[in-house]
Order: sequence, then structure tokens, then C-alpha cells
Amino acid sequence: RENFCSSITAEPAMIDVGRSCILVSIGGKNIMLDCGMHMGFNDDRRFPDFSYITQNGRLTEFLDCVIISHFHLDHCGALPYMSEMVGYDGPIYMTHPTKAICPILLEDFRKITVDKKGETNFFTSQMIKDCMKKVVPLNLHQTVQVDEELEIKAYYAGHVLGAAMVQIKVGSESVVYTGDYNMTPDRHLGAAWIDKCRPDLLISESTYATTIRDSKRCRERDFLKKVHETVERGGKVLIPVFALGRAQELCILLETFWERMNLKAPIYFSTGMTEKANHYYKLFITWTNQKIRKTFVQRNMFEFKHIKPFDRSYADNPGPMVVFATPGMLHAGQSLQIFKKWAGNEKNMVIMPGYCVQGTIGHKILNGQRKLELEGRSTVEKFFYLKSLYLEVKLQVEYMSFSAHADAKGIMQLIRMAEPRNMLLVHGEAVKMEFLKGKIEQEFNCYMPANGETTTVTTNPNVPVDISLNLLKREMSLGGTLPDPKKPRTMHGTLIMKENSLRLVSPEQAMKELGLSEHHLRFTCRVQLQDPHSDADTLHRIYMHLKSVLKGYTTQHLPDSMSVMVESIVVKVSSSTEDPNTKVLLLSWSYQDEDLGSFLSTLLKKGLPSVLC
Amino acid sequence: MLFYVVICCPMLSYVILCSMLFCVVLCYSLLPYVILCCPMLFCVVLCCPMLSYVVLCCPMLSYVVLCCSVLSYVVLCCSMLFYVVLCYSVLFCVVLCCPMLFYVVLCCPVLFYVVLCCSVLSYVVLCYSMLSYVVLCCPMLSCVVLCCPMLFCVVLCCPMLFPVLTLTPPPQRELMDLSTIDVILISNYHCMMALPYITEHSGFTGAVYATEPTLQIGRLLMEELVNHMERVPKAQTATCWKNKEIQRLLPGPLKDVAEVWAWKRCYTIQEVNSALSKVQLVGYSQKVELFGAVQVSPLSSGYSLGSSNWIIQSHYEKVSYMSGSSLLTTHPQPMDQSSLKNSDILILTGLTQMPTANPDGMLGEFCSNLAMTIRAGGNVLVPCYSSGVIYDLLECLYQFIDSANLGSTPFYFISPIANSSLEFSQIFAEWLCHNKQSKVYLPEPPFPHAELIQTNKLKHYPSIHGDFSSEFRQPCVVFTGHPSLRFGDVVHFMELWGRSSLNTIIFTEPDFSYLDALAPYQPLAMKCVYCPIDTRLNFHQVSKLLKEIQPLHVVCPEQYTQPPPAQSHRSDLMLELPAPPLPYRRCSVLSLPFRRRYERIHLLPELAKSLVPSEVKPGVSVATVSGMLQSKDNKHTLMSVPRPPPAAPTKKRKRVAEEPPELLAPKPLLSGAVPLDGFLATLHKHGVSEVKVEETADGHILHLQAEDALIQMEAHATHIVCDNNEPMRTTLRDLVLRFLQKL
Repeated sequence: RENFCSSITAEPAMIDVGRSCILVSIGGKNIMLDCGMHMGFNDDRRFPDFSYITQNGRLTEFLDCVIISHFHLDHCGALPYMSEMVGYDGPIYMTHPTKAICPILLEDFRKITVDKKGETNFFTSQMIKDCMKKVVPLNLHQTVQVDEELEIKAYYAGHVLGAAMVQIKVGSESVVYTGDYNMTPDRHLGAAWIDKCRPDLLISESTYATTIRDSKRCRERDFLKKVHETVERGGKVLIPVFALGRAQELCILLETFWERMNLKAPIYFSTGMTEKANHYYKLFITWTNQKIRKTFVQRNMFEFKHIKPFDRSYADNPGPMVVFATPGMLHAGQSLQIFKKWAGNEKNMVIMPGYCVQGTIGHKILNGQRKLELEGRSTVEKFFYLKSLYLEVKLQVEYMSFSAHADAKGIMQLIRMAEPRNMLLVHGEAVKMEFLKGKIEQEFNCYMPANGETTTVTTNPNVPVDISLNLLKREMSLGGTLPDPKKPRTMHGTLIMKENSLRLVSPEQAMKELGLSEHHLRFTCRVQLQDPHSDADTLHRIYMHLKSVLKGYTTQHLPDSMSVMVESIVVKVSSSTEDPNTKVLLLSWSYQDEDLGSFLSTLLKKGLPSVLC
Repeated sequence: MLFYVVICCPMLSYVILCSMLFCVVLCYSLLPYVILCCPMLFCVVLCCPMLSYVVLCCPMLSYVVLCCSVLSYVVLCCSMLFYVVLCYSVLFCVVLCCPMLFYVVLCCPVLFYVVLCCSVLSYVVLCYSMLSYVVLCCPMLSCVVLCCPMLFCVVLCCPMLFPVLTLTPPPQRELMDLSTIDVILISNYHCMMALPYITEHSGFTGAVYATEPTLQIGRLLMEELVNHMERVPKAQTATCWKNKEIQRLLPGPLKDVAEVWAWKRCYTIQEVNSALSKVQLVGYSQKVELFGAVQVSPLSSGYSLGSSNWIIQSHYEKVSYMSGSSLLTTHPQPMDQSSLKNSDILILTGLTQMPTANPDGMLGEFCSNLAMTIRAGGNVLVPCYSSGVIYDLLECLYQFIDSANLGSTPFYFISPIANSSLEFSQIFAEWLCHNKQSKVYLPEPPFPHAELIQTNKLKHYPSIHGDFSSEFRQPCVVFTGHPSLRFGDVVHFMELWGRSSLNTIIFTEPDFSYLDALAPYQPLAMKCVYCPIDTRLNFHQVSKLLKEIQPLHVVCPEQYTQPPPAQSHRSDLMLELPAPPLPYRRCSVLSLPFRRRYERIHLLPELAKSLVPSEVKPGVSVATVSGMLQSKDNKHTLMSVPRPPPAAPTKKRKRVAEEPPELLAPKPLLSGAVPLDGFLATLHKHGVSEVKVEETADGHILHLQAEDALIQMEAHATHIVCDNNEPMRTTLRDLVLRFLQKL
């Protein structure tokens, strides 16, 4: 009748940083966590393989809900593909900022892939709009009841504007999915926070699983120094970024530095995205860190004086400049164009402030590749060149880890905050994850599934039961204020299982409720005792004896009825008719006092000790 | 003869020093220098346009000052204020600065109005029927709160929610010790103005919960209040009136008030900060555990930004607290009604103060009056709070401006927090209605007042000093506080515009009687329009809502159960429910009709697995549970009893039998019956064959002859009599138990 044992399964559709898409089954509910796209692939491999689910029917029937943690494309890029092309009509949950920004990034990406690269079989603008109509906004800490049993709650994750961690709860089982998160507050966002919710499973990203990064201030100083040096010697600095997120933090950093050093070299931000992006930051100021929130009325941190919009023609301008260009991994778009222009000059510098996925140019140059194969615009072009173009990389390549992910220390910090029973690492590189796994396993179970592998975590939930208040109060008053570990008290009750309710009541009440009548079982036992005293004296001697043996019991002397009472057991004394020295003791007890009654009869059969203390 | 001479003299100032100055001065433009030396200054000064500089240096200031528009600075220097005051209708500004207020007040027939503006605020509060909101601004707040008939609710959430219509004796101080309060739930930013009085200096150590907009805007309103109060110099000495002897002589309801000594000053900004640092933020529908015993969660109430109704529930009981709520579509997120369903108790407060006024109609009237005045060349003054309805007014005007051809009319919003209030309203997208939310996705500011500011149609200033005085153009529309007209910049505009019938004052806040608010300014030429906009629920809406959510019991203030005293025939202006609500009144302790019967307990999995359920009736199973109860933080768990440690070494073993059994809870109860035939068969199986059965009235007696035992069997009882044969007895016992159910 009762389901005492259940399990949670998690199936990460993709394990590396390329993309996130995790399927969790918990208490009979199926939830998809993130629906990301792999930026390193240009073919079908970039989207998660939904056939894993769809072979058994439509997505809508299978999934109870989809939750998107933040707006990065490796977390939400496949959403229109899933909802519109594969087909899903259920609810999609994301925070307000994510809901606002996500469609813009999707549209941007769609333009690059479809309009510039000329790819087909990709989602359309209309699909993005239709997809966003299915989105239900999620507020921080709000408990959203998806259905009767399934509830979700979002926590602040700090990774980018609107990034959230989610707690998914069904009955007494729960899973926390972190998405990407950051445990140290930066220039515009706060640190991730979660309460001690003790989930059965914590699914954490592990991008920086092995890194324990040096202090933030050092990294910032390093970054500024490199930019400054390059600009001083007349070089150009390219910083490929995503339009929202890191870009704003670096802009704040450079803006204040330029102000302080009184530098004149221009700083540009590519595309018209900047202003719009900054506007989002202003409207969602409640999602930024405390300092910005406090001062926003007096001074909007996202209005930059030194940073101007970029025009394509500026790239050929002589003299130093700093350019923020999208996208961040140099895989397409403006940043790639500028990179191609500047790559040949060793005075120039490219600073990669974030992680680069395998297969992107960003990843290649970070790995020291100095000769790049550039794919042609189209097959026609390729045909003419017959072989691919090669690009000589002479400019300096710097990597600055500004990416706001939690490092190993941060991950451990979060674990301590949430106190999970099990741990699942995703979204990282296998080797690095292995290291962290070893570390975590010293404390508890840690899983690290490969792509497409299913992990099953067995939970052992408590059984919630309704206890009658009378019984509980009686028990608690008996138990005293402090529990005694040496003498545990046992509570007795009757569990009534009726339909779907479980109620624990006192046996008397259960009997009454169920309309049963009590069956009294009594025992009577006669014990003969040699005691040459008067009846009254014998009675007194018995009383003294029992009192000394049965410490902690209430023993009553009742000379009027010639009896002694121990708890509710009556011992009656009378003389034998034949021999006045032989006393007959009559013991009578009910089944409820069986242990004590049995003990007493055995005790009294042994006679009274000659000396009574 | 100097006097006549001076009149003709072009070098007046030097001359005057020796003369009977005062008639002369009237003719001279170099007045100020002269006055300094003149012993009879005062009549003259009244006519002088450059008064202010002069007055500062003048020892006879007081007479003069009254006529001067730059009054406040001057007054500080004046020691003879009070006689004068009696003659002037603009008394109150003076009084604020006057150390002798007290005497004046006693002699002054216009006392009442005057006092309203002064730092000895207490008079005011008592004289106004719409007490509560006034009190909010009052330095003596805390005792008011204590005197409020809605005390209970106050403590729960809102100190000032309701008007106090009559004066009633003060409560016993012992009625409640604020330090014993564990939690304060705040419903909206108007309902937290007294927070510092509870959190500071009362020994309060509990938690305060509020939503983020409530906290932020509440902070702004408190800062505004403190700012307004700090502009007013403190009268340290005016306390004599509090003496019983003198108080007895005071007019009106004042003399009946007890415990005036307990009234307090307005809090400081430090106290505000300290109080607000104790607030913990919550989001709508967030479940907050309190002490493990109950869960509270705020629900959108639709009244203002971040305003909330609260649900306080355990696993079995649910209490809803419904304060200011609105079903109208204004800027906040719509009211969450469905979550209020199935409440055992609904505490209902904060209904509209204007049950007869329709907010939409009022808004239309507001616009048309505004346009009419502007077209006629007059100015419009709108006394209002700095947050709340003003957002809706501005939005309404945004749509109205072009159609009414008001494009060139400047709109001013003057408040120390004007800028912050407008800015903050734009960043709480999550808390806004759906329409406004979707604007943020574009991204566009949710409120159109951003555009009004951008196009310079709406300008905001921290006060009338500084930029405003140079940029001020007429005719114009001014939004400013405080809506009671007793302090804040609105007072200056009343002075400035009150005498012209071209100007209009439009009241939109429902919290004050506009007649009372205007009284000290009378006679007034200015037009007055009363368009109270109160979006809170009216009685009709409440009845409909309650039908929907069906609480078991409704608790509400006594006032809601009868029509207002002024309109006693209007039976539609009261709460009519199928089951009469439980009314509460001041100082009464109401016990809520609860029957708590169950509590949640968790069985640990291993205990749960060890249970052996048996079916007693179809569909009903029972199992005896024996476990160890662990109660921690009001959470209860039941775990298996640990196995007793292995038996002690053999040496001690002999003594084991002599140890009395542990004092444990009794054995389970038994039920059922023992069938005779079955029992006999079982006995037989166990080698007891010689049984003599004897019929009795109620059952049977079994004589077990060989074993010398006797079993008395009845329908609901079995009695085993067995002497000196313990093994036999236990065997018989176990055989009987086989037939019985254990509970």
C-alpha cells in the first residue's frame, strides 16, 4: 500500500560544456532541465537527441515541465527546436530576465546561422516567438506549483543576469539543479545562495572543477595591465564577449580604469546590442549586486561615458583601440571578422574572457594553434579555392578566466550550503570532473554520468503521517523536556490506514473510531507465602519489599482493603484458613500490565526477605 | 516732529535713527537697513517686500513675522510669538517654531487647526476621524497604536490600517508585551510606518517579513516622513499641557484622552535604518517556515506594489489575513484569490474607506477638473502620497495630456523622494501587472512616466527650494505631500495659491476628510475638488469574493458589521455574510474557533518498513506502531526503538530476573472475541485435553483440571486464573492472544 522506496533518475543528454540538457525523473514526474545547443557543431549534433524520449511518444505527454536556468545558448539554444520542431506544448519555466533576453540571443544566433551561413533546417523567428509564448515566468523564492505534486522554487545563481538555480520537489523527495552559478560576487552580480534544503540530489555544473582561481582583484589588475600595455604601444585589443553578462562587468572595469588613468584610446562595443543590453540591466536592477542596487537612483552603473558603439569601418582605423565584439567564442559574427583583420599584427591582442567550446576558433587559438583553417562561405567558394584558407595568427592571445562559474572551492561551498544527500556533476570536462568527484566522495555519494547515461539515485524518504494531537501532547509531556539517550521512551500508537490517509492515534481512540470494542484480558494468580505475622504486618512487609525492589514505580499501601497496589496491579493479602502463618496473596492484573504482573508473581513466590530495609 | 519730516527725506535711513520711525518706513525702498535700528519696527515690516533678511536681525520679530512668506527662518529668532498668533489665520507655520506654543494654544480659539501642524502633534491626531493615516505621520505613533481598537491586526501586520472613529479609554499596558511577538508580517508599505516603534526599544527580537517593493518603497516613505519632520524644529518645552489639570481644560476630544505622557516623538533616520535591517525579504507564494510549526506565505493582493495578503498555515489549519486588496486593474500584480480558498479563518481588514466612490469615475473627474482649471489659467494642486495612486494618476494623465491639449503645461512632483519613487517603480517588473511586465521584455520602462520625464513634461524636485524656485512656471500641476495638508511642501502651495479662485486643489487620497484638512486655511478662495481614489475592496466585492473562497469563519473589525454611523440606513455599506462574522474590537482578546486535532509526524523508513498492517475492515488497515519520538524545532519524527544492548556477562545474569522490568508504555489494547470451539481445538492441539466447560450467564468457564487453571470467557473479557504455574499461564495467554486483535 505504501511506497516506502523510490528513486530519482537523471539523464544528462550532454555532459561537456558544449550544452546542457538533463532529464530528471522524480516521484513519477519527468522534468527537463535546460535545453542547450552545442556551439562547436554546425550540424544535427548541436541539438540534443530528443529521439531518446520521442521514440515512446510525444514530448508533451512525457515531460511535466521544462526549466531553463539562464539565457546562455548552451542552456537554452535548442528550446525553439524542441518546442516547435520536435513539438512540446507544456510549460517552460524561466526567470523574468531570462525570458526577456533569451529570445534576443536566439534571434541573433538564428541570423548568424541562417542568414549569414545560409543554413536550412533551423528554427525561424516565428518559432522563437511561439516558443516564448509557452514560457511561464518564475520569481526568485516563489514556490510554483506545477501540478498537485510537483513544485519548483528558484534561487539566485549569480552567473549572468537572471540566472537561477532550481529546487524541484515531489512529496518529500527533492532535486536541486544549479545551472551555472557563481559563488563570489562580481562587479555587477551577487553570489549564488541557497538555503539548507537538504535535497536528495544536487546536480551541479563543474566547469571549473579543478581550478581554484586566484583572487578576483589580481585577475582584474592583470587584465587591465595587459589592455593598458597594448594600447600604450599602439596595438588594438579585441575582447570577444557575449552581449550580455561578462561584457557588462568588463565594461564597468574598463570604464572606471579609463576614468582614473585619463586614457584617450577609444573603447567600442560592437552592434546595437549594447544599449539595449544596458537597458535590460537597468530594468532588472533587482537582479544585480547590492552595491549597484543601492546607488542606481543616483548613478546608473550601466551608462558608460567612454564606451561607444562600434562601426565596422572602425576596424581599419589606425591607432590603438579596445573593441568588445560578439560572440564570445570567435565562432561567427563580428568578433570573428575583426579577429581575421587583426590577427596578422603582433602588436594586437585578443583577450578571451570566457570559456571556449571545442571546435571553435577561440578554443583553437587558446590551445596555441597559430595557423587556422577557415571554412569558406559556401561550397562555391570552397570550389574556387579548392583548398581551404589558412589564417596566420600573429597577435597575442591571452586567456583571462572571467567566466562566472563556481570553482572547486565554490562547488564545495554550495554543497555545504544545501547539504545534499547525493551529488551529480555535469557540464564539465570528464577529467576535471573526476578530480572533484574524488574530493566529494570523501563525504558522500557522487555520480558523474557520461552523455546519455542514466543515473539512478535511490532515496529513502520518510513517511509522513498525521498524528493525533492528544497522543503527541501526552507523549511529549511524559518525555520531559530533554530526551535521555540512555533511556529511550517508546511511544505506542495505532496507525490507521484508510483510503489515502495515514493517521497515528492512541489505541483507545483507534478502537473508538473503528467501532471495535475492547477485549479485557485479565490474569489472576494466587501465591502462598510463609510469613508468621499478622495480616496487617505482612501487608506492610510486602509493601516495604515491593517498594525497595520496584524503584521508579508507584506503590501504594492500602490497609483498609488489605491490599497493595503497584501501578494498577492489586496484591491482596489474606490468611489461609488452615494455617494463620500461611498467607495467601491474590495478584490480579490486566494484559496491559503483563510484564510487571508476571515479574511480581515470580518475585513474591520467592517469599519475603527476612530483613527488610 | 521728526515723524513728518522723515516722510519727505530722501536719506531716510540715517534719519530714522532718531525718529518715530514706523509710518515713514512704508515709503522707502531701503528698508532693511533702517529697520535694524528701529525700535518700533513691527507695523512697518508688514508692508516690506524684503522682509526676510531684516527679520533675522530684529528683536521684535514676532509681530512681523506672521505676514511674511519666508516665515520659518524668521520665527526661529522670535521670543514673543504667541499673542500675535491669535490674530493670524496662517498661524500654524509659526507655531511650529515657537517655544511657547503651549500657552498660545490654550488661549487660541483656532487651536485645533493650529496644533495640527505642530510638533506636538498629538492634538491633531485625536481630532481627526481618519486618525490612522495621520498617526502614521505623527511622532507619537506608538501609543496610538496601542489605543487602536484593531490592536490585534496591528500587531499582525498593519498598525494603522483603520480609522479610529471614537475615543475610547487606552488599553492596559500589560495587554501586550511587544517583546513577546515573534513575527511581524507586513502587508503593504502604508502598513509599516510604525515599524521602528516596535522593533526599536521595545525589546522586540522577532523577525519581520515583507516583499522587496514593500521594503524599498516603505523605506522611502519613512525617509520622507523623517525628512519632513526634521525640517521642523523641535519644541522641547511644550509638555505642560499634558498635565491632567491643564488637559482637563482643553477643548474637544483632547481632554478625554488618557496617557498622553506615553506619546512619543517621530523616529529618526537611524531608527528607520535599524528597523528595516530586521526585515527579511520574501517573494509571492514563497513558503517561509516559522519555528517548524507554521508556514507563512505572502500572496499578491493587487493593491499596491508588492502588497500582500498572508496565509498562515500548518498541515491542517489555515488562517488567511486579507488586508488592503484590490480587484481593479491598476499597476500591481492582480490579486491571488485562489490560494485563499479553504481557509479555516479569514481575517478581513483594509476595505475601502470610500465605499460610495467609484475609482474609475473619480479618475475621470480628476482629469476633467484638472484640464478645466489649467485652461482657465489656474494652477492645480494635488496633495498625495509619493508612491501608489500617483503612478496611476500619471499614467492616466499621460494618455490624457494630448487629447486635452495640455502638452505645454508643466507637471511638477515635489517630494524628497520623488526621484527615487519614480525610479523604483520601474525596476519591480516582477511585481507588476501582466501588461507592464511584458513591456520590460522589449525593453521599455513599464510605467509611462519615464517618457513624461524624458520629454520634460513631468519634472521632479526634492523640495521647493533650489532648482524648483528658478524653473517654476505657472499655470502648472503640482503633486506633493503630505495629503493631510499639515506638513510637507503642500503647505507652501496652499499659502501661495489659496487666495485665488482660479486655482484648484484636487484631493485624491481617501485617508483624510478634505474638509478637516482644509479647515485651517479657511477662508479659501481656491476651488476644492474631492475625487478620492481608493481601489481597495468594497462591501459588494468582498461578499462576492467570500462566496468564492468560502472560509469557515470570517473575523473582521466591528465597524464592518454595521453601517457607518453617518449613513445608518445604508445597509449595503456593511458586511453581510451567511454566517455572521466574528467582530473584534479594541482591547478585546478574541479566541479563534479552532480545533486542532492532528499534527504531522514522520516515520523513519526503517520503522515504516517494520510495520505489520492487518486489515480490520474492508479498506481499513491498522498497524501497531512502537517507536521513539524525537521532537526537534517542532518537527516530530518517530524512529525504531534501538535494540537493547547484548546481555551482560554471565556473572550478572542471575540477577537479571530480579531486575524489575523497564517502566515502559503499556502493551497494546486488545479487541475481538475468543470463539469457544476454536479455542478448545487450539487447547487440544497444545496438549490440554481435560477441559470442563461450564455455561454461565455471560459466557463460559473453562476448567482445565490437569493444569489446575480456570479460564473465564465472555464476549469482551477473558480472565485467566492460574496459580503457581507461570509457564502454563504464559502458554494460555499466548493462545488467547491468537484470537484477538492488537491495537
